[in-house]
Amino acid sequence: MTPTPPAPLPAPLGLLAELTHRCPLRCPYCSNPVELSRASAELGADEWGRVFREAAALGVLQLHLSGGEPAARRDLPEITAHAAAAGLYSNLITSGVLLDAPRLKALAAAGLDHVQLSVQDAEPGSADRIGGLPGGHARKMAFAEAVHAADLPLTLNAVVHRQNLDRLPDLIELALTLGAGRIEVAHVQYYGWALRNRDALLPSRAQLDAATATVTEARARLRGRLVIDYVVPDYYARLPKACMGGWGRSFLAVSPAGRVLPCHAAESLPGFDFPNVRDRSLAEIWTRSDAFERFRGTDWMPEPCRGCDRREIDWGGCRCQAFALTGDAANTDPACALSPHHHLLDLAVQDAAVADADFTYREMPRLPSPV
Amino acid sequence: MSPDAAPRLARGMRLREDPARARWVVMGPERLFVPDEIALEILRLLDGARSVDAIVDDLAARYAAPREAIATDVTVMLDDLQAKGVVTA
Repeated sequence: MTPTPPAPLPAPLGLLAELTHRCPLRCPYCSNPVELSRASAELGADEWGRVFREAAALGVLQLHLSGGEPAARRDLPEITAHAAAAGLYSNLITSGVLLDAPRLKALAAAGLDHVQLSVQDAEPGSADRIGGLPGGHARKMAFAEAVHAADLPLTLNAVVHRQNLDRLPDLIELALTLGAGRIEVAHVQYYGWALRNRDALLPSRAQLDAATATVTEARARLRGRLVIDYVVPDYYARLPKACMGGWGRSFLAVSPAGRVLPCHAAESLPGFDFPNVRDRSLAEIWTRSDAFERFRGTDWMPEPCRGCDRREIDWGGCRCQAFALTGDAANTDPACALSPHHHLLDLAVQDAAVADADFTYREMPRLPSPV
Repeated sequence: MSPDAAPRLARGMRLREDPARARWVVMGPERLFVPDEIALEILRLLDGARSVDAIVDDLAARYAAPREAIATDVTVMLDDLQAKGVVTA
């Protein structure tokens, strides 16, 4: 019998470039780390250009220009041009509040492929309260018109939770009104800022069931007009999701300061020294670094993952969620019904049902005051 | 899709080579389609001017299959891609 050769290392498909952590919005479920990077630590446009070329050479096809708010960077057109020159499909993930029509035109001219606009709710007052920016929703609506005028394709991204899920039909209607070809209905994922606000954000079972019915009906009615992406949230799931398609399998993220992460939330995990594009090539980081090898494949898995026939389907679920809920990132994701920690999700749902709904808003770190 | 419709890739969709994996792909936001050989032939003929009929003629001239069968295959595929938001007419 010959030993099975090791599976070839897959090439990454997607790169999330977090250009900055600066953002005028203060969403209480922001996916940025609780410790935000300062502007002075950000990679320059030329450094991003090198990262994009290295990513394309590795096999990356899709690039997400994100943040924070990527348009907080004045050199965004230059960065976008680097993406186009590297041959990457570029998707701008934006709040829309910092981009007017001329700036958007400059991005389109630089080769931007697609715009993904976030909205916090369909009802302006509620949207502005959730985003923590008065007048923000109206600016987003004006921005969507500018996207249309620039003839760029638009996806509407609606992060949903207890305080806006009842207006999901209105959010879908808003996507149609704004001329979006696609809407992403994304349930909050509870680590980082969102974990701090979990009691104010977790939807009820009844809300979730209504939302699922809404999506099913809208998908049939709007077939060919609007693509609706929707995934059931982990807190009501029986099977975990293959987070990022598996750790170090198809995706990488680069933080504003150049740290390379297997998932944009991985900085919440302790005991990692994430490699930096300023010190090492992306290829070296992808193929040979502790950060990417730690949870890659199946060798690291505990039971019940190790003996499970789904281990190469869900790859053990989300490491950040395992750490957030059990204190150990190497545990099975508690979203799995087979996890010994699965009951923690039910407890969280019960706690949230009786909690009040005040937010802890995301804030940038303040400089220490002089003494 | 009717025979005189002139389909093209929807806004934001790009047909491009994926050299790292030796294949062609259609890319869109958060999505990637890997066409088989026949689908790739059809996708390459989409330019927003050529009609479904003309696409079928083109393929019928190159492949040894009854025109009617090709017409059915092309229409089924384009309807499916239209429903997925990849193609528009």
